Amino acid sequence: MSEMYGKGILKGLGVTLKRFWDTYWEDAIWLFRQVTRGERRYRSPEGIAHRASKNARGIFTVQYPEEKLPVPEEFRFVPFLVYEEGPNGEKVMRCTSCGICSRVCPPQCIWIVRTTDPETGRPIPDPAEFYIDVDICMNCGLCAEFCPFDAIKMDHDYELASFGRSVYDKEKLAKPASYYESIRPRNAARENAARAAKEAARFAASAKPES
Amino acid sequence: MAVPAPVETLDLAARFPGWVTADTRPGYSGWIVAKDKLLDFARTLRDELGYDYLSSVTGVDYLPEGKMEVVYHAYKTTGGPGIVFKVQTARQDPVEVPSLVSIYPGAEFQEREAWDLLGIKFTGHPDLRRILMWEDFAGHPLRKDWREPYFEEEFKPFKSRWPEGKFQMAEEKARLGDNLTFPAGFDPKQKAEFDPEKALYEALRAYQKAETGLETEHLLVNIGPHHPSTHGVFRVAVILDGETIVNLKPVMGYLHRNHEKIGERNTFLMNMPYTDRLDYLTSMSNNFGYALAVEKLMGITPPERAEYIRVMMAELTRISNHVWAIGFLLNDLGAYFTPMLYAQEERELILDIFEAVSGSRMMCNYFRFGGVARDLPEGVLEKIRDLAFERLPRKVDELEDLLAENEIVRSRGIGQGVLTAEDAIRYSASGPLLRASGIPYDVRRAEPYSIYDRLEFEVACRPNGDIYDRMMIRFDEIRQSLRIIQQTVKQIPAGPIMAVKPAYQVRVPPGEAYGRVEGPKGELGFYIISTGKSSPWRYHVRAPSFINLTAFGPMCVGQKIADLVAILGSIDIVLGECDR
Repeated sequence: MSEMYGKGILKGLGVTLKRFWDTYWEDAIWLFRQVTRGERRYRSPEGIAHRASKNARGIFTVQYPEEKLPVPEEFRFVPFLVYEEGPNGEKVMRCTSCGICSRVCPPQCIWIVRTTDPETGRPIPDPAEFYIDVDICMNCGLCAEFCPFDAIKMDHDYELASFGRSVYDKEKLAKPASYYESIRPRNAARENAARAAKEAARFAASAKPES
Repeated sequence: MAVPAPVETLDLAARFPGWVTADTRPGYSGWIVAKDKLLDFARTLRDELGYDYLSSVTGVDYLPEGKMEVVYHAYKTTGGPGIVFKVQTARQDPVEVPSLVSIYPGAEFQEREAWDLLGIKFTGHPDLRRILMWEDFAGHPLRKDWREPYFEEEFKPFKSRWPEGKFQMAEEKARLGDNLTFPAGFDPKQKAEFDPEKALYEALRAYQKAETGLETEHLLVNIGPHHPSTHGVFRVAVILDGETIVNLKPVMGYLHRNHEKIGERNTFLMNMPYTDRLDYLTSMSNNFGYALAVEKLMGITPPERAEYIRVMMAELTRISNHVWAIGFLLNDLGAYFTPMLYAQEERELILDIFEAVSGSRMMCNYFRFGGVARDLPEGVLEKIRDLAFERLPRKVDELEDLLAENEIVRSRGIGQGVLTAEDAIRYSASGPLLRASGIPYDVRRAEPYSIYDRLEFEVACRPNGDIYDRMMIRFDEIRQSLRIIQQTVKQIPAGPIMAVKPAYQVRVPPGEAYGRVEGPKGELGFYIISTGKSSPWRYHVRAPSFINLTAFGPMCVGQKIADLVAILGSIDIVLGECDR
């Protein structure tokens, strides 16, 4: 080798040293920002956002659980059932127990008991029981994607550690529509508009023959 | 821009009258070769017609017709479309087909897999043992009459889930001990006199001892399961002469879950999230290959915008995989975790994009037949632009600065673990492994899919085929991927993202299709047979990690034991895909 021995290693160490220096240099910059603008580098939304951006330099780590990366709107983790809150606080499930989610589920972890009218024996669009085996769920989101009633949606809560087997029932799965709108505002607005348009079209169609 | 290779009209039936016929089943293509003439046919194909690269070997069990079929896909390393040929035989026990290992050594592991999972005996195979299942496993699981424990129904969706919801969890339904069946004549109470490692060690000891004049004792050493620097649960059994490797057999299957059997129970759409779990570092690429195969059968093409999004995601995946591979290779060379973590920072930023687009960092499940699941959310294109134009070029240079000139990397990489160009083709190596050996073969150029034919990029290629070149080619490929992303970010049109209405039950016409993409690890292929039902009849994955390992033994022989892990690291395998 004609080159000087150790040159490559020194160059590499230089890269590491620069990273080390960057961490403290960034700290100094953020100290200045804290004094002037009140923005902190650690344990603050702006600090975490900076560390997850293209401008991140030096230390990169987000110190979970003290700090948490914000999840994007599309983030999906374990489905939940959406219900509308009635005027007296009752829960009106959007689910009609049509069974599409249980049929599209790849690991087949959803099972539903349909309600039938005891007199006529015909199905009622309201699930009697609804289970999701969360330990088997692969978080693929297909159930939420293909639900025609916007009744099953993917959650943002990923801290589900438990000591036992987790089979969630209807009670545990049900969450209000307001919660859904808070975690996925853009999706909820789009779906609400689409549903309103559909309702309006149906209303117009049913109103027409009478006039 | 590459000129598409002229389509040759081969009439093999006229060339080999009597024993080669065209496959005329509706939706099928290729040639059916008489079983006893297979070797002659393959030799002609390789030596006279130039199909020097045997990409995929797999079997199909046609239970209702009572036959078995072995399907081969061969290509030219100079590019162009491939050729499919098949051998049919009656479905009896055992099914025997001549082995092609003497002509295409790359068939070795794939034939072992077909033997293991489908019970097709390849006569003349040098080492026909089970490869994914263990040695005393009873039966061949991919046969259509084989049923797994906790078997419910042939096809999903299972009827028990809705509307009665009578489902019981498997562990409650069949407590341990109740769900076992034994082959006839087997008594579990009697201790079987069976050594599961016997076949492996016998195969390992079958080598020519070199005459050196020195009488040395050769030593058998098991490395793993688990160590080979923890790319996953993987085991290598080696014979050593001092420190030098004289023979080597990889042992795998510790992560085997029979992905293909699951895939044949699933509906077409259900397989999409399962493909994420093959090579869990490159889920977008896996989605791509599967979507292409099914779209070929359905005869649809995605709209422009979806194609651009797909390519953008696939190339981001390639970058994230390659920085990971480079970082891990340095781990294997002993530079413990500093380069790894530097590389991982960039991967994190790419995963942030995947999370925003698809909802999950690694298990993306983003592609659909005829498009993608959803459009790019607001702000994501800007993020990709920032990464592709600003941050990543700078960071890749920095990583190269850190590693490329490092004396240890150079002395442990240059000239070590050499795979020559001829061997790379013979052993059906693909991806960076093939290109680092001086063969500029890239599916994106050789048989362009999606919009790659109108994007400008070069096929990265390095001449030496050693560990160092395999590391450096990943830097080259990252740069080319950045070029592609920069073009797609500039050119991406507005418009719809799905060619058809999204549906959970897609209608797939009967027939066969082989969809292949240039995945970050190599050529990733999906061979799918549809019978017009909601589930595929056959679903086969040509896994690059698995097939690249065929060349692992030949690369290691003659090297020192300390280089074994580095050579394995330079192949870049993921056991999720290798074991399937």
